[in-house]
Amino acid sequence: MSETATPLWEVFIRARNGLSHKHAGSIHAADAEMALQAARDVYTRRGEGQSIWVARSSDIIASDPVDKDMLFEPTASKIYRHPTFYDIPDDVGNM
Amino acid sequence: MTDKTYLFQYLLRLADDHLILSQRLGEWCGEAPTLEEDLALANIALDLIGQSRSIYSYAADVENKGRDEDHLAFVRVERDYRNALIAEQPNGDFAHTIARQFFVSAFMVPFWREMESSNDLMLAAIAAKASKEVAYHLRHASEWVIRLGDGTEESRERMIEALDDLFIFTGEMFEVDETVEAMIRSGVCTDPSSLMGEWLQTVQSVIAQATLEMPDTGFMQTGGRMGRHTEHLGHILSELQYMQRTYPGQVW
Amino acid sequence: MYSQGLIGADGKTHEDEAFLNAFQARIDAEQKIEPNDPMPQGYRKTLIRQISQHAHSEIIGMQPEGNWISRAPTLRRKAALLAKVQDEGGHGLYLYSAAETLGVSREEVTDQLLSGAAKYSSIFNYPALTWADIGAIGWLVDGAAIMNQIVLCRCSYGPYARAMIRICKEESFHQRQGYEIMIALCNGSDEQKELAQDALNRFWWPSLMMFGPPEGDSVHSSQSMIWKIKRFSNDDLRDKFINATVPQAEHLGLTIPDPDLKWNEQKQGYDHGDIDWNEFWRVVKGDGICNRDRLKKRRKVHRNGAWVREAALAFASKHAAQQTADAQIAAE
Repeated sequence: MSETATPLWEVFIRARNGLSHKHAGSIHAADAEMALQAARDVYTRRGEGQSIWVARSSDIIASDPVDKDMLFEPTASKIYRHPTFYDIPDDVGNM
Repeated sequence: MTDKTYLFQYLLRLADDHLILSQRLGEWCGEAPTLEEDLALANIALDLIGQSRSIYSYAADVENKGRDEDHLAFVRVERDYRNALIAEQPNGDFAHTIARQFFVSAFMVPFWREMESSNDLMLAAIAAKASKEVAYHLRHASEWVIRLGDGTEESRERMIEALDDLFIFTGEMFEVDETVEAMIRSGVCTDPSSLMGEWLQTVQSVIAQATLEMPDTGFMQTGGRMGRHTEHLGHILSELQYMQRTYPGQVW
Repeated sequence: MYSQGLIGADGKTHEDEAFLNAFQARIDAEQKIEPNDPMPQGYRKTLIRQISQHAHSEIIGMQPEGNWISRAPTLRRKAALLAKVQDEGGHGLYLYSAAETLGVSREEVTDQLLSGAAKYSSIFNYPALTWADIGAIGWLVDGAAIMNQIVLCRCSYGPYARAMIRICKEESFHQRQGYEIMIALCNGSDEQKELAQDALNRFWWPSLMMFGPPEGDSVHSSQSMIWKIKRFSNDDLRDKFINATVPQAEHLGLTIPDPDLKWNEQKQGYDHGDIDWNEFWRVVKGDGICNRDRLKKRRKVHRNGAWVREAALAFASKHAAQQTADAQIAAE
């Protein structure tokens, strides 16, 4: 009963120049041009957009949540990457 | 007629074009082929309502008889509506709606661009906003003409039929009569017939991309500017005016 | 309102205890669950059911108000109404997208709606008969919806919660739009006031039914609550709605059509009369005055659009093939 599926696209919007594109949601469209138009018509109706990216959802490669610990835990202990790790006397001023 | 009455007439025509076409597009709300397209058609309709409101308000100022945008939009008799016939043509199938929007937008793009340098500062300001809106309308409609023309056998037939059905109403957009002449003379608008070349070029190039042929050019219908409409307008008005006619003079 | 989507939901799940405990620990720590995260089948199924029925409600909900776009009394009202009904389409779209992250396609859930297998909120089976109904729908129906939707912004499933945040932001004008229509009517002629009161009379009880039937005390131990898909009982939200709405009706000078409605000092809230749950179940099961029309219309729209969707796909595949061929020639 289901008809042929129209491809799903992920939509990324740059709200203002100077900001990066942010995931806004997704839409269905048969091709790239239609996807851009749909993204514009669906996700920028309240002046939210300066620029749009669309990418086929099937083209996005996601990390596996199973790998979460392996991928992201090791960085948690490297506190020396953060400025608060270092003691600088207050009278030196802002650094 | 004075320049003011000419200008008022001219503004009414323009506002009616936008109102009636937006009324038609509004009929699609909830009925488009996809949800995405539902939102797209509503966006276009909203642009057109916005444009009609600015023009009616200005027309009401020019007339200066205490009428406002809603008086002008809702409380006139059928023969007093001055929209071009193409605006009132039924939605038909999606191909007909797209063909209608395509023909109109291909005209409105150069029309508003020229209007940006009108002597009439109010119209020039309206044009600056409208130009951007219609540029998108044209792009949207063109992409669909191309896809429907070069899609399936069925969509191709439907697109051909729609272009054929509506082409006969396109000539009216370029007409010059006494009112338009007066407007050209006073620098309010450029001669619309001078926009024909650009319009044809746009239409031809999109139709070629759609792998279709131009509809046969022949007789062009006319009459809307004098209030001689097709039978469709009366039905549009019976819905459009329902509240204002049933409950006259109330505030909503 | 959208807790109606949980009616008959089957939260049954078959994972082992360690898996379920680990999942529950994440929920209890208020961690959001994201699409690729491991989750119990029952959680997935319950969410698909609720989100898709929420989406269907938005889509079917376009019909009663869409019915008045061509007849709106002023250009300002026409633009606002069209923008609002358009938003509902957009919200349906956001929600279908959220459901898709759980592995059901839009085509599948659309089929479920069209075949009658999936339900939508009972409220949209009531007709919009007069212009005042557009005011009442915005004021009451959107008012009731927002009670539920604000809570859903904190739902444990990330994509649903994010869609709801966007929806709540956009919907903030919907209820105001409706209430403003009611104000205009109530400041108008006697005839206009009558229209307003009549609309309130017809929409009051169905609006209360939107929250779903009372669940009794068991609700707090229900699977949806434990999984933080649902966060308040139907009665709690209904009371919140009544307490917020009664003063708004008073401000309009309208009478709530419930002779038993009275302030209860002790609970600092209103007590209300009995809700006709027989009517509710009749409408949910398909015998509301508009059920058949709503679905028929949706089926017709779907059928009429099929050739357009096919054309767009045919064009895309033709031209994708062309592009690949061009690329090959260029490479050679």
